[in-house]
Amino acid sequence: RRDSSGTSRSNWKINTMIMKTNNSIYLCRQSFFPSRNSFFSLIFSIFFFLMESLVCASFIHIHAMKVKVLSRNPDDYVRETKLDIQRVPRNYDPSLHPFEVPREYTRALNATKLERVFAKPFLASLDGHRDGVNCMAKHPKSLSTMLSGSCDGEVVWNLTKRECVRTLQAHEGFVRGMVVRFCGTSFFTVGDDKTIKQWKMETPGYGEEEEPLNTILGKSVFTSIDHHQKEGVFVTCGQQVDIWDEQRSSPIRSFSWGVDSFSCVRFNPVETELLASCASDRSIVLYDMREATPLKKVIMNMRSNTLCWNPMEAYNFTCSNEDYNLYTYDMRYLDKPFTVHMDHVSAVLDVDYSPTGKEFVSASFDKTIRIFPKDSGHSREVYHTKRMQHVISIKWSSDNKYILSASDEMNIRLWKANASEKLGLLAPREKAAVNYSQKLKEKFQHHPQIRRISRHRHLPKSIYSQSKELRVMKEARRRKERNVRKHSKPGSMPVVTEKEKHVVTVVK
Amino acid sequence: MAASSETMLKKPHVGKKRKPPTRYWEGTEEEGKNDGKKQKEGDNNEQTPQQNNTRTKKGGKRGGKRGGAGKKVISGKSDPFPGSAPVPEEKLNKFKRGVKGELPPRPQYKLRDVVIRSEAASDLAQKQNARYDLMLPEDAGFLEGDEDEDTCTISQDDIVDAVDITAGAKYFSLTLSQFGPYRLDYSKTGRHLLLGGRRGHVTCLDWQSKQLMCEMNVMETVNDVKWLHSEALFAVAQKKWLYIYDNKGIELHCIRKFNDVLRMQFLPYHFLLATASATGFLQYLDVSVGKEVVAICTKAGRLDVMAHNPHNAIIHLGHSNGTVTLWTPNQREPLVKMLCHQGGVRSVAVDKTGTYMVTSGMDKKLKVYDIRAYRPLQSYFLPAGASCLSLSQRGLLSAATGDIVQVYRDVWGIPVTKPYMAHRAKGSVWGVHFCPFEDVLGVGHGEGFTSMVVPGAGEPNFDGLDANPYRSAKQRQEWEVKALLEKIQPELIGLDPSQLSQVDHSTWEQRHVDRVQVLGFDPLAKEKFTPRLKTKGRSSSGKVEKRKKQVAHEDQRDVIRQTVEDRMKIDKERKEKEKKKAAAAGQKSALDRFRK
Repeated sequence: RRDSSGTSRSNWKINTMIMKTNNSIYLCRQSFFPSRNSFFSLIFSIFFFLMESLVCASFIHIHAMKVKVLSRNPDDYVRETKLDIQRVPRNYDPSLHPFEVPREYTRALNATKLERVFAKPFLASLDGHRDGVNCMAKHPKSLSTMLSGSCDGEVVWNLTKRECVRTLQAHEGFVRGMVVRFCGTSFFTVGDDKTIKQWKMETPGYGEEEEPLNTILGKSVFTSIDHHQKEGVFVTCGQQVDIWDEQRSSPIRSFSWGVDSFSCVRFNPVETELLASCASDRSIVLYDMREATPLKKVIMNMRSNTLCWNPMEAYNFTCSNEDYNLYTYDMRYLDKPFTVHMDHVSAVLDVDYSPTGKEFVSASFDKTIRIFPKDSGHSREVYHTKRMQHVISIKWSSDNKYILSASDEMNIRLWKANASEKLGLLAPREKAAVNYSQKLKEKFQHHPQIRRISRHRHLPKSIYSQSKELRVMKEARRRKERNVRKHSKPGSMPVVTEKEKHVVTVVK
Repeated sequence: MAASSETMLKKPHVGKKRKPPTRYWEGTEEEGKNDGKKQKEGDNNEQTPQQNNTRTKKGGKRGGKRGGAGKKVISGKSDPFPGSAPVPEEKLNKFKRGVKGELPPRPQYKLRDVVIRSEAASDLAQKQNARYDLMLPEDAGFLEGDEDEDTCTISQDDIVDAVDITAGAKYFSLTLSQFGPYRLDYSKTGRHLLLGGRRGHVTCLDWQSKQLMCEMNVMETVNDVKWLHSEALFAVAQKKWLYIYDNKGIELHCIRKFNDVLRMQFLPYHFLLATASATGFLQYLDVSVGKEVVAICTKAGRLDVMAHNPHNAIIHLGHSNGTVTLWTPNQREPLVKMLCHQGGVRSVAVDKTGTYMVTSGMDKKLKVYDIRAYRPLQSYFLPAGASCLSLSQRGLLSAATGDIVQVYRDVWGIPVTKPYMAHRAKGSVWGVHFCPFEDVLGVGHGEGFTSMVVPGAGEPNFDGLDANPYRSAKQRQEWEVKALLEKIQPELIGLDPSQLSQVDHSTWEQRHVDRVQVLGFDPLAKEKFTPRLKTKGRSSSGKVEKRKKQVAHEDQRDVIRQTVEDRMKIDKERKEKEKKKAAAAGQKSALDRFRK
């Protein structure tokens, strides 16, 4: 219509003439549609005078003046029936939305506060064991099934119903380790009674006896077991690391490297022929299953309890250490860990990666669980309850949503991996809102107020004071070192970084 | 027979393979030859139909292959306009937010990656917004006269005659001669009108449907009226105190902390009611919790000129000495003090984008300022001066002089000589206010209220989530909850509202000062030299002084040595650079050989 506004004056005149000849009713609401050809305009104008009652826009001509006034038809902006959803016309012009940044900041602040309000990570406690729970195993095919081994027997759990499905007396004394075969049809256990037993996953029928499929009698106590990802091969450790074929009763290969005992052995889930083990001489030893001798080992200041490979990054693993820290190594460069994860105030007993490989969870003797991003030096989350004692074993569920912790006081606890996450199905709008607030929190995460709120955690008094004490000790040590360096010959006291401090040597 | 025909067929194929590849210059001759061969083949084919079949099959295969190669474009033609349609530059600029910074250097690859990705996202958002502009349903209004006709001579009646009934009904007058003159306010959505007569008459109505919501007489002088965040509440500044009523006219609060209020402004995103009083106090009331945020004594006498900047929520006060001061609740002193007029300031208005401020003064001038740079842009002389100013969403300025309301267009651009529109009210004008999202100017005067049609004043397309004139009760409730949740704290009011998203590049000095303030001492300060006590008369005051001097001298020498070294280093670097430059320049030109 704008283009047509520049028509010749003669057109206007003809049209005004027509207007005058027309019925005077129309004079109050004349609509004008000029055209380039005066002949056509004559026809058009007559036609449009008839059509005019349909046209609600007021684009007008009188005395050769052109005027348009905003005149909205409410039907365009209001829903037609009550069953419709409301119409929301949008205009994204920034000048109609002032204070964009302060409003977003306020939203981010609110989202952060709500996150802390809704942070209720504890879901359930599975009780039924009559002794401390020593180990757990995830089912590779079923999310709802979980196995736990205690100091006297072992149990299979159904997580969705939160009840025990099956109990069996597997070993005399401690169950030291257990693992489910990759196909999910059977599982292996090792115990203090020097046996490896293979069990069916299915519950035996009525009248059948609970009997293992296979039993292998070993020479010494086994401390840990892990199964190959694709083949019928499993590995145990005790006095040495043994690789077993499922079909044979003697190990197909045994490794030892001047050590008398190992505490943990794990297959690499990506490079399936690789293994790593933690030994009691403070070393972590790497093996290739295809070779006769171990690959290499790194000796650290203190003993590592367990380790876990990153399921997404084949080279990386994290080990939980007695010196309250966790260390993430790249297996190609063992001379220093690429991240040291600090925050625990007592020995770290177990570690497990999330299936995404972005985070891992650690269990500690200090009665807490902490979640670390894989490349951050400090934890993003700490879980604890009044009744939870030393946490011995920890697992991150395969759907990345839950964490299971087994502790000394005979209970297994189920936690949310993301403390404030809403469980269950989300409506699309809900999901969009969650994503939006997540993005906002990310955007404003460095603002001091938001940062303070999002980092705030309540800690038990003992842990709070202990971590404070540790901080003071560390600072004192740092200060002393600095003073010594200041008063000694330049260059005689080289600066040793935190990462380098904990590694004694690498042996190949 | 079939076998023999096959052999016959193979012959020419083998022959073809042995030939050298055809050249384009040989094309015509070859074609001729081929034609001849084909002719021969055709002769053969006539004899053996089976043979013909195989040939066509092969041909078909070849054709298929060719088709396969060209499958990317079915028709064989390439798209003359590949990719999505370009977005015009000026539309993109409308949605531009901030300036693109430099990318972090390559070693910081993680940060660099994050920055690149976020910038790509914001670019996409900007483009999508600009594209969406095409979908906006309404166009802005306009008024154009004849070639030699001034638009200001067009009367309201002419406009009403020309436009449709609903638009024409927006021109109306309310004759309220008993309790005038009237102040007025439109609600944020532009749906509701609040009128306050000087002699106590307060009324609010849905002005489009002309439905009265409440009407009362407060039996006191009314200085100003203001809608709060929604049409459910309004504030009335009465003779002594500030009162808050709901839309039924029920008095909800009488706020005794706010006395002698003359003018009020409501900051909708902060839920703050700013009041200026006859005693010189600027006070802020948080209407969401009902608490006074701050009371500032401006020490500038009676405050009866007030405006707020919708862009950054800063209050502008006009004073009788010709200055305009800018205030936030966070500072007891004015942020800025501008001398705008030689007489007193009569009225102030600030535009939607926070770029321009228009003031009128007792010196009968109308001035336009750029309030980002605090620079005067235009100065106009109005014969009678303007008592009330108001700016519309699309930048029209209405100025009331006596009983005449003039509307100007684009006062900050090229100097304006004639008003865009003019209208004579029945009484002297007391308040003017443009209605948001409508082409309407409300004029409160001694004889009541007039609603004027001003084409092109209002923003044609509203945002349904921000201010929706057609919202239902449910939508209003939802909006209210959301708006309350994202209420901006008064501490965040400042000159630049986007400062919160910018990186704080504090200098080393600034950080050092902060550190000293936190610690209470300067950790990097040099220790003062205290000479050691020595025996046998070597610590006599003269000797001590001498030793002190020696140390000070040594320190000074160190400093001098350092600076000399630094300077020499810089000199050396510069010389090397020059040398390199000279060498490069010496090599550079091939035309140097012709130089004399």
